[in-house]
Amino acid sequence: MPVLGKDARHQVTLTLNGKEVSGFAEPRMLLSDFLTHEIGITSCHVGCEHGVCGACTILVDGNITRACLTFAVQADGCDIDTSESLAHPDGELSDLQKAFRKHHGLQCGYCTPGILMSLTAYLKEKSKPTEEEIREVLSGHLCRCTGYVGMVRAVLDYCEKREN
Amino acid sequence: MKPKGFDYLRADSVAEATEALAQGGEDARLIAGGMSLVPMLNFRLVEPSILIDISKIKDRKYIQEKNGMIEIGSATRQCELEKWDQVESKLPLLAKALPVLGHYQTRARGTICGSLVHADPSSELPLCLATLGGEVVLSSTKGERVVKAEEFQTGMLSVSKQSNEMVVAARYPIAQGETGYAFREMSQRHGDYAIVALAAVVTKNKIKLGVGGVADKPTVREWDHLDGTDLDDALNAFAWDLGGYDDIHATARYRRELVRRLGKKTIEEAKNASVR
Repeated sequence: MPVLGKDARHQVTLTLNGKEVSGFAEPRMLLSDFLTHEIGITSCHVGCEHGVCGACTILVDGNITRACLTFAVQADGCDIDTSESLAHPDGELSDLQKAFRKHHGLQCGYCTPGILMSLTAYLKEKSKPTEEEIREVLSGHLCRCTGYVGMVRAVLDYCEKREN
Repeated sequence: MKPKGFDYLRADSVAEATEALAQGGEDARLIAGGMSLVPMLNFRLVEPSILIDISKIKDRKYIQEKNGMIEIGSATRQCELEKWDQVESKLPLLAKALPVLGHYQTRARGTICGSLVHADPSSELPLCLATLGGEVVLSSTKGERVVKAEEFQTGMLSVSKQSNEMVVAARYPIAQGETGYAFREMSQRHGDYAIVALAAVVTKNKIKLGVGGVADKPTVREWDHLDGTDLDDALNAFAWDLGGYDDIHATARYRRELVRRLGKKTIEEAKNASVR
């Protein structure tokens, strides 16, 4: 591959929630900034910008990724899913989102998109996690409103309903 | 909180990456998972001239058995080893250490080799490599060399890798029969770096204990079989020899206490596992 110069803006094309999108980025541009400022989505929230808070968590080629620890040029050609992909096209919330709503899994909602994406990936590999396992996954996210109790209930409820 | 500008190269092969390293000189940096490097870039603690992305080199993504060791390629992520179906039987120490390494989210990106190169003194993977007596494979435009764990990490965040070299694989020795393995650590919250991390390997005649988070690199000590107060005395001497330091997370005294107490528990756990 050719070297991308630091001062130039390079075309980055990716599949975002099933649709091909394209924009320009210097190599130093973080994927979180690219998605927000170049592409214009609103769900990739930046909290700490060094990988601790988890608010910017998205899926890159199906893998959980901190968008603030990834550069836009690294994601060129990748498949990206953000929380915009969760609800049905008519706006109806997904079952996991409904469970979050029902059990007060959010208050201000800033951390929620990242948490939903983490759980989306996790619940694909694990059908019936224990409370402890859910808490372990949630430990990679910071939420200052809820105390996580509602989120744990939401996931347990979601998994139970999914099984039936 | 934004990194300084750098050139970027997505390498498709080890040859392309090492060529770029040779040309880039001291200021070139490799990136694989980026879980430790990108925070340092964002804080501008590291300001490379060129960032060489090695995460997409296809033939570096593997876990395979080789001469009594498990070799792990440099593009292999931590979660891939954690989910490997033979990790419990072949690398039981790592099976115990991986779940407490960072978070589920960071293990999905972070690589095994990247963690070894980052060489944090309290990091789990370097401690396991040192305790098991593993090795790393380094490659440059001039060729390949193999470095043993004890010669690889030289101190806090420093390794004996030259600036023109790339770690292409890590090798962890396969578990032996009638040997017990245990891993424990103390951290303030789940997923934090360990204040003290302990890895024990116990056979019929030997006890081996590796300690991370006290000295500036993982330190391993081996004894003939010890019990009771003899073991307490040995652990006490080891704890003092490690030095240790006060920081915002814990005092040196607390760290020594963890080596004495949690060290003993870790050894006991490995002992019990060895007779099963």
